[in-house]
Amino acid sequence: MNNNGNGEIRIGFYICHCGHNIAAMVDCAEVAKYVGQLAGVALSRDYKYMCSDPGQELIQKDIREFKLNRVVVASCSPLLHEHTFRTAVQAGGLNPFFFHMVNIREHDSWVHTDRQEATDKAKALARAAVARVAHHRALEVKRVPIDPHVLIVGGGIAGIHAALTLAGAGKKVYLVEREPSIGGHMAKFDKTFPTLDCAACILTPKMSAVGSNPNITLWSYSEVIKVDGYVGNYTVTVKRKPRYVNEDVCTGCQECIANCVYKEPKFYDEFNEGLGKRKPVYIPFPQATPQVVLIDPQVCLNFKRGQLTDKCKKTCVEACGEKKAIDFQQKEEIKQIRVGSIIVTTGFQAFDAKRIPQYGYGTYPNVYTSLEVERLVNASGPTGGEVILRDGRHPKAIGIIHCVGSRDKKTNRWCSRVCCMYSLKLAHLLKEHSGAEIYNFYIDLRTAGKSYEEFLDKMLEEGIQFIRGRVGEVTDWAMTPEEEGKLILRVEDTLAGFVRRIPVDMVVLSTGLQPHADGQDVRRLFNMSCGSEGFFLERHPKLAPVSTFTDGVFLAGACQGPRDIPDTVAQAGAAATEALVLIDKGYIEQEPNTAHVIETECSGCKSCLPLCPYTAITFDEAKQKATINEALCKGCGTCVASCPSGSIEQYLFEDEEVFSEISGVLGDR
Amino acid sequence: MVASGISSTGRGTAETIMMEITRTIKYDADRVKGFGREIMEVPGCEQLKSCIQCGTCSGVCPLSIYMDYTPRQVIALTRGDFKNEVLRSHTIWLCASCYACTVECPREIRITDIMYELKQRAIHEGFYPRRFPIPVLAREFSTMVRKNGRITELVLVMKLFLKTSWLAALGNWRMGIDLFKTGRLSLASEKIRQPADMERMLAAVDAKKGA
Amino acid sequence: MKYSYFPGCSLKGLGRAYEESLLPVMKHLGVDLLEMEDWNCCGATAYMAIDEAKACVLAARNLALAEKSGCQQVLAPCAACYLVLNKMKHYVHDYPAMKTTMDRALGAIGLSYSGNTPVRHPLDVLVNDVGVEAIRQKVRKPLKGLKVACYYGCQIVRPYATFDDQYNPVSMDRVLEALGASIIRFPLKTKCCGGSLTGTVPEAGIRLVYILHNEAKKRGADCLATVCPLCQFNLDGYHAQVRAQYGEVLVPAVYFTQLMGLAFGLPEQELGLHRAAIPFRWRPGNIEAAKQPVAA
Repeated sequence: MNNNGNGEIRIGFYICHCGHNIAAMVDCAEVAKYVGQLAGVALSRDYKYMCSDPGQELIQKDIREFKLNRVVVASCSPLLHEHTFRTAVQAGGLNPFFFHMVNIREHDSWVHTDRQEATDKAKALARAAVARVAHHRALEVKRVPIDPHVLIVGGGIAGIHAALTLAGAGKKVYLVEREPSIGGHMAKFDKTFPTLDCAACILTPKMSAVGSNPNITLWSYSEVIKVDGYVGNYTVTVKRKPRYVNEDVCTGCQECIANCVYKEPKFYDEFNEGLGKRKPVYIPFPQATPQVVLIDPQVCLNFKRGQLTDKCKKTCVEACGEKKAIDFQQKEEIKQIRVGSIIVTTGFQAFDAKRIPQYGYGTYPNVYTSLEVERLVNASGPTGGEVILRDGRHPKAIGIIHCVGSRDKKTNRWCSRVCCMYSLKLAHLLKEHSGAEIYNFYIDLRTAGKSYEEFLDKMLEEGIQFIRGRVGEVTDWAMTPEEEGKLILRVEDTLAGFVRRIPVDMVVLSTGLQPHADGQDVRRLFNMSCGSEGFFLERHPKLAPVSTFTDGVFLAGACQGPRDIPDTVAQAGAAATEALVLIDKGYIEQEPNTAHVIETECSGCKSCLPLCPYTAITFDEAKQKATINEALCKGCGTCVASCPSGSIEQYLFEDEEVFSEISGVLGDR
Repeated sequence: MVASGISSTGRGTAETIMMEITRTIKYDADRVKGFGREIMEVPGCEQLKSCIQCGTCSGVCPLSIYMDYTPRQVIALTRGDFKNEVLRSHTIWLCASCYACTVECPREIRITDIMYELKQRAIHEGFYPRRFPIPVLAREFSTMVRKNGRITELVLVMKLFLKTSWLAALGNWRMGIDLFKTGRLSLASEKIRQPADMERMLAAVDAKKGA
Repeated sequence: MKYSYFPGCSLKGLGRAYEESLLPVMKHLGVDLLEMEDWNCCGATAYMAIDEAKACVLAARNLALAEKSGCQQVLAPCAACYLVLNKMKHYVHDYPAMKTTMDRALGAIGLSYSGNTPVRHPLDVLVNDVGVEAIRQKVRKPLKGLKVACYYGCQIVRPYATFDDQYNPVSMDRVLEALGASIIRFPLKTKCCGGSLTGTVPEAGIRLVYILHNEAKKRGADCLATVCPLCQFNLDGYHAQVRAQYGEVLVPAVYFTQLMGLAFGLPEQELGLHRAAIPFRWRPGNIEAAKQPVAA
């Protein structure tokens, strides 16, 4: 290795034109000439594209020919090409850390308007790099092994698909779901656009595959409460909520439900959006996975406000018989697992239609949300698929209002992407099930997807009415005899150019998609970022769509932004693949820019311990010294700056490197 | 005006309407370029540019059913620099300032304030219908405030009728009698103590504009 | 509780009955209203069609006067005044240029305004400062059996909803409920009364008045309760035109303060009830007289 610690420093300097990106604002030849005169610089060149193959080969050739032992490239951001140039330097026979990169594009040419000043700034930055690189030391990249287990959080279609993909590749998966059954929103849908296949028919086989796959550990009715560690080595704590039913014993025979002291179901049925009722002991829906009942302690007679009283006759226990699956004493259970990577698929929450009171949800019984209608038209829904309104009538005219809680600065600014298409689907289903006249009120129809426009054509052929205009209000005061007893929508027919009042019997609000109310807690748990609207942020919107800013944590589905089933499944597959890449590589490489304690100088004051954002510092009680876990350290430098005795140092940011850089940028002053 | 076709009554006897035709095409020369931008620079009108033409404003406007252009169309025309069409439209005069549009607009456009701005332009540039009472009311109102600091409703109403239509005044004679009988109208002029203060204060506002 | 009372031009003219009923009711509840010295026209919506800046300056003079008098808060019963004074405050806050203009104009007549004085509506004061319970205590003749359609109109909830819900305001419902009245569900409670269009474009304005009456009547209301002099004038003053075009759909339109006066047992002549063109003849049964022997 050409470590020239004692000998002569020979620096090669390269300034990149980046086409016109840099050259238009910085006189590159002038900078190259200037740097060529600086102490220690053996060679200085300007070149059109340093990142190109010839550019990289030029560096390698020069190292050999001119016996260079340090390299500086002044070009774009290190985020883009630091790795490229380090690899080139290594190929030329030097330690890759005998290299330093100067950003004269984002930091200089792109942000200045005076060519002379920009050129002077480039010179100053180059001077600093040349001064610093002379002090660089040879460093090693370390490898840390990856635990092959994967945690998937959220058992909707995204989590299900990712779990099955990984399990199919022979990997062990933990699938954690908050609700009693997996299936998510998709399980509630009747049909899916644009093919109109039955949601249950395509989803339930995948759900039971999850239930029976030996590679998948399914924990429903459970929540992740703590995540420690780092990529490849996460320790995750999961809370398993009590179902008051032993999951391993229950066969899903449902005799307990049939024999509950409540003869009739009378409590809010979450799965049917409250349109139906359930008993205190219940199974969310017929195809629920796992096929295990649970008891709701808030309404079960054997409890009072969630506390066990043992005052019920417990006919369910009798019905269960020898299996003894019902266990009123069950407590919540805390589990700890080790995984190497995590896929977050927590999905979305539907917009609360009550936030737009003008549309009368909650005031007028015949105003429905789209999710309610999914259950209403479903053959296994509370009405067996017959469209019967809350007041018992059958609708003759139905208005579907798009963009409820979407594209609205007062509620949610974004387009929810799926509502146009699901509104068309609901229009079709409602017409099919009720024969009613259907009006769609839309701002813009967004049918950009494979076969989506064709689906719109089909709806037009079916005679569904489309009125371009956002409804002003839904009300019940009539102006004409035919409006009496109806819900009236007042809207501008913007294509015709006048205002209309349209009486209907039923209004459907196509509510938008939004982040979960506790999205911020989930974000903190997995150390992710959120966009301004609260959806989890991908690492790059185009080039890293399922990665997050935390290594080893991936995203899929509507928790990252509104999306439909095809896109969600595609993303889930991508996230599973990203996890597979990590597992199959078997290790991760760690940047050597970590901090380390000079033990002889550490006074054991512990002031660095609480400052570390990555909890990488621990205290060695025996030695009374602080120690830093290099695998956890991200090289932020907080401890280095704060150590009162100056006993923490950081590779690539050692004092002489930083000070030389500062005096370099300040020139001879 | 608008081209009319042939309409028939429900009973099947055809009623023939004279077919007057008008070209409705707009050429680029019909625009007053920069008008839209000027309006957007007025305090309160900035959001105009973000309109998505959803029609909520027209949907909630109680008067949109009488307008020649719906509020949404006025926004589109303003943004498109169709100054003559906008300032000549009835829409701006039919706005009753109930602020329903402003509150409901999903883009937070303050449509009522835009209507005020357009009214001001129309009055300043003389773009309103002859004998049309609303601009006259606005003018008489401001003159009276400038002179007295307060409004005496009867005097205002009488001036309004004098300057617009005697017939309308006659049509409302019943109401006048009602109001007198119930003691709700008085001829005594309401004034502030130093009416000259009004003039001085309002002149100070104009001083800025001159500068 | 002391407020600088800004009557505005209407409460001295067409809306005289509003002032006549407001003052004794507030006094009865122990609320001190001190009429603002030498107030001027608020600028109103008509002035905004001429010049936004001048409309603001007109409003500002009043608030400057209130500040000078040492009153912490302004009470503006007229919905238009309430809106304009509040709007001015927003403008001065949001647009520094507007504040400069205001400072100069007020300076020309030796006044200044800090921009802080709260402008309140009587409903706001009644519900939030006095309290519904205190109002209930004062009721001597409950309005048992009176069916009221509470009509808020537009400008006290739009565009600045400060003390009540923009879509479904309930402050008047709560006050009148405390008086013993039955409140009917009235989906038009914040719809437009037509404003000045009743006079300037009657076809459009009168129709809006008709819609309000018609719906109140259909829902069985004995009266429409209003909080704004222009609303009351439109609902009451155009009765002949409404009747001529739409038939017998009329419901008396009263100020909510008049109903409060009746329930408190204040002298009827002092509540301005005689000023309405559509007579409001309903009176509370005097149950107090029946109670007296028990009390004694």
